[in-house]
Amino acid sequence: MKQTGLGHHFASRLLSLVPTLLMLITIAFFLIRVAPGGPFDTEKPLPQEIRANLDAKYHLDEPLLQQYFRYMGQIVTLDFGPSYQYKDWTVNELIASGFPASLAIGGTAMLLAFVMGTLIGVIAAIRQNTAVDYSIMGMAMMGISIPNFVVAPLLILVLAVYAGWLPAGGWEWSFRHMLLPVITLALPVIAYIARLTRGSMIEVLHSNYIRTARAKGLPERIVLGRHAMKPALLPVISYMGPATAGLITGSVVIERIYSIPGLGSYFVQGALNRDYTLVMGVVIFYGVIIILMNFIVDMLYAWLNPKIRFDEG
Amino acid sequence: MSLLEVKNLQVSFATPEGEVHAVNGIDFAVSTGETLAIVGESGSGKSQLVMAIMGLLAQNGRASGQALFKGEDLLQKTPRELNKVRGSQIAMIFQDPMTSLNPYLTVEQQMTEVVMYHQKLGRHEAFEHAVEMLRAVRIPDAEERIHEYPHEYSGGMRQRVMIAMSLLCEPDLLIADEPTTALDVTVQAQITYLIGELRKKTRMAMILITHDLAVVAGISDRILVMYAGQMVESGTVEDIFYRAHHPYTRGLLASVPRLDRDASDDLQAIPGNPPNLLALPGGCCFRDRCTQAQEICSQPPPMWRDERGHRSRCVLEMPDGRVENDSAGEAGSAAEESAP
Ligand SMILES: Nc1ncnc2c1ncn2[C@@H]1O[C@H](COP(=O)(O)OP(=O)(O)OP(=O)(O)O)[C@@H](O)[C@H]1O
Ligand code: SF4
Ligand SMILES: [Mg+2]
Repeated sequence: MKQTGLGHHFASRLLSLVPTLLMLITIAFFLIRVAPGGPFDTEKPLPQEIRANLDAKYHLDEPLLQQYFRYMGQIVTLDFGPSYQYKDWTVNELIASGFPASLAIGGTAMLLAFVMGTLIGVIAAIRQNTAVDYSIMGMAMMGISIPNFVVAPLLILVLAVYAGWLPAGGWEWSFRHMLLPVITLALPVIAYIARLTRGSMIEVLHSNYIRTARAKGLPERIVLGRHAMKPALLPVISYMGPATAGLITGSVVIERIYSIPGLGSYFVQGALNRDYTLVMGVVIFYGVIIILMNFIVDMLYAWLNPKIRFDEG
Repeated sequence: MSLLEVKNLQVSFATPEGEVHAVNGIDFAVSTGETLAIVGESGSGKSQLVMAIMGLLAQNGRASGQALFKGEDLLQKTPRELNKVRGSQIAMIFQDPMTSLNPYLTVEQQMTEVVMYHQKLGRHEAFEHAVEMLRAVRIPDAEERIHEYPHEYSGGMRQRVMIAMSLLCEPDLLIADEPTTALDVTVQAQITYLIGELRKKTRMAMILITHDLAVVAGISDRILVMYAGQMVESGTVEDIFYRAHHPYTRGLLASVPRLDRDASDDLQAIPGNPPNLLALPGGCCFRDRCTQAQEICSQPPPMWRDERGHRSRCVLEMPDGRVENDSAGEAGSAAEESAP
């Protein structure tokens, strides 16, 4: 009886993802075609015949709408087609080769941001209006307002070039190589989550039910951990969806700066070269991740919130 | 020895506008088995008085004076020390049942943790005990409903849960802060009746806060009337209902609806507003609204006391009363020595 509420919620939300995804693909498809230039524009124009052959091979000579439907028909089989630029590679292969590094950096950054952000936010909240609180929030403000592409060179300069502790870039599956990109990526998210947590924690700590918990003589660790933590984290949970999008956007820049062969690098490369299939593939792949992440967050939120969990049954 | 003895309790809040003097020197004592009602208009400091005793004041609040519980001053205790008293020896029920329970935890979780923490009961024993308590406050299907979340309960049922929760450790003192104010009228009567009934079964003392004198007659032994953070009158139920001395108490009594009078034209709330707690006037704090105010009322009025302990703070003479040499009750800067 009770679980049908959540099950129903789950099914209807899942269904509503389909039009979102369709819209995303459609907009991306036409946007990239509107951008001037094409995949086979080179500095010296190709001979007419070769150009025509290439266009025919990739069906670029067909009317746009026909190409669109052809593409849609192709991707339902999860085939993103061949890359125009990286010869002998399919887009699926490129994604498979770039994603692990991106996931390692993005996932670690996400985890770090969640743990550090909530921890710092809670500390600031229980030390509200003290020097600790003010300095934490001051740093958070900086973390949010200074962009990635400024933080990254600074970190490289100090920790890699001067101190020589860490590599300035490049990619290996090692802690040392991951550290700087992960920190650069996580910093603004840590700062944002810390502020979010602080605000909601302060609000929760002023609520009547926390006063009740204190009146019951419960020790502070139970008051915070059991009574205050869950409601205080709800806004952070719902932020994890947008945070994923932010991390992905950030990683596109970060991967360039630290020369990491991840999805972000392929995306930038693909966009510059008008590698239609590669750009579409990465956009759809990222889109699915963001949509899925929002979906998971939504479910988690509903599951954590007893009022939503039961009322919609 | 009294179970709880409060001496010259003061509470003030630091605000950007200045210091809010919410409680200004309150004295009272509660003995085992006794029920003290604290009555006063909204904003008279009733809640902050008991919050101070429980160590639950807001961050900007400061309490001074003494609150001796079994001889130990609660105001001097650290939160950690207070936790040995709160919830087990002194329990509290709050004004607003809709928000006083944690919406993210089941009733079971919120009830069992009290006995698991204070009495070190195991999960199973704690559960049994909680169900038993819910039955005692007459929640139907208690062993089923205990698994539900607060929002699945009505307001009256939630207050029953709060009552059951507060009684889990068999406290020596129960503080009930307007336990029925937020409820429907019919439910109010049920909850009041329930509290009175549960009280009779134990030797628990109770402080019952209300702004409604009609509620207290049946269930309290003594009544303390508060105005602007001061005690203006206190005495037995008979003292207050039949021999009310202070003009404010008499005003309150006149505003109580009574069956033997025509409710429509006799209900008269006291006109005017309580004084600004940021800058309390010297002298009697009720004088702006008092029909019997005189020139001399701008001086701090004397505290009268008769031999049974009926006390009143007013310039009007109390029959059989003598002026008490009390140290408390001076609002703000008004000096005690200037009392006549
Ligand atoms: N944190 C605070 N900061 C400043 N003033 C406060 C604070 N808490 C309470 N007060 C003030 O203290 C005064 C007494 O409040 P209190 O809650 O004790 O009133 P009350 O008698 O319980 O009234 P009610 O019947 O409405 O519950 C009020 O004027 C209130 O505005
Ligand atoms: S002291 Fe004066 S103003 Fe105050 S209640 Fe008595 S008569 Fe009224
Ligand atoms: Mg109150």
